[in-house]
Amino acid sequence: MSIDDVIIDGFVNNKVEFITTVPCKQLGGVIDAAEKHPDIYHIPSNKEDEGMGLCAGAFMGGKRSAIIMQNTAIGVTINTLVTLTQFYRMPLPMLISYRGELGEPVACQAEMAVHTKALLAQLNIPTYHFHKQSDAEEFDKILKYTFMCNKPVAILTDASFWGGY
Amino acid sequence: MIRSDIIKELAPTIKETLTICNIGLPSQEMHMIDDQPSNFYMLGTMGLASSIGLGLALAQKSKVLVIDGDGSVLTNLGTLPTIANNVADNYLLLIIDNGSYGSTGDQPTYAGKKTSLTEVAKACGCETVIECKAEDTVQVVKDALAGDKMTVIVSKCDSGNIKVPVITMDPVVIRDRFMKTVAAQNT
Repeated sequence: MSIDDVIIDGFVNNKVEFITTVPCKQLGGVIDAAEKHPDIYHIPSNKEDEGMGLCAGAFMGGKRSAIIMQNTAIGVTINTLVTLTQFYRMPLPMLISYRGELGEPVACQAEMAVHTKALLAQLNIPTYHFHKQSDAEEFDKILKYTFMCNKPVAILTDASFWGGY
Repeated sequence: MIRSDIIKELAPTIKETLTICNIGLPSQEMHMIDDQPSNFYMLGTMGLASSIGLGLALAQKSKVLVIDGDGSVLTNLGTLPTIANNVADNYLLLIIDNGSYGSTGDQPTYAGKKTSLTEVAKACGCETVIECKAEDTVQVVKDALAGDKMTVIVSKCDSGNIKVPVITMDPVVIRDRFMKTVAAQNT
């Protein structure tokens, strides 16, 4: 099974039915898999904070939701994470492509990469880092943890995890 | 008519309707005029009322009304294509367009100048977009709630505010009672 299907099956097995995405080159396969899965309503967002609003609404409507986005989006969504997701205590798994790590061809991506973990730590967001594909064995537990504690939780997935560019 | 006049007139009609209230004065006015567990008050996060409402409408069957403002829709303008392309016929977006950022002191917005949110919504692909005068808003909302079509209403009103207290209710309480109402309406 491809790593994309492993991730999407992890969501489905945890009853995540509503997934919003903003694309990244690394996330192309997993976004396709979300779009194709019959048990997932995939709703592309124009911006990640908009996506978090959609997820908040879906959650209040009784559907577990998740967002798939790039780490640059941390810069876009800090206010939303703090004043919506955290303030109202809502669960939100965030599958994040961790651009700017080893193998990165685009220099600008390294600029946000060096702030990514520090920003997540500052926001007290539980953060996991998938570097090898075997790290995804913890995905199921991370999702269960997210819905247990009603917090946004970050899963950073780097280029080595996805198999390079 | 100003926004608070519209909300006052609208309140009896939407008593039991799941209502997402925009940040600042729209939430505070709704809370003061007719606090209901079916109201979700945004205490922060400008711009996302329409997105929260769309997620809610797509996730369950009850009708959802979003009371938004022109300033907030301009903040999150990407919301209109998302709404247009993810049709939920239980979704009603009411943009109270007073051409100003009311909660911060009535600074003018571009919607009060050359930009028509009605035309923007149509250009984004929203199929049912109705622009109305403030005085006609309640009837237009009533008709939309009675119908079965995703609708965007742009209600043109005057700018101006009344004095209202801030909402001191805990966000988790707001969210919890709202979710219980949503669940009850879906059983």
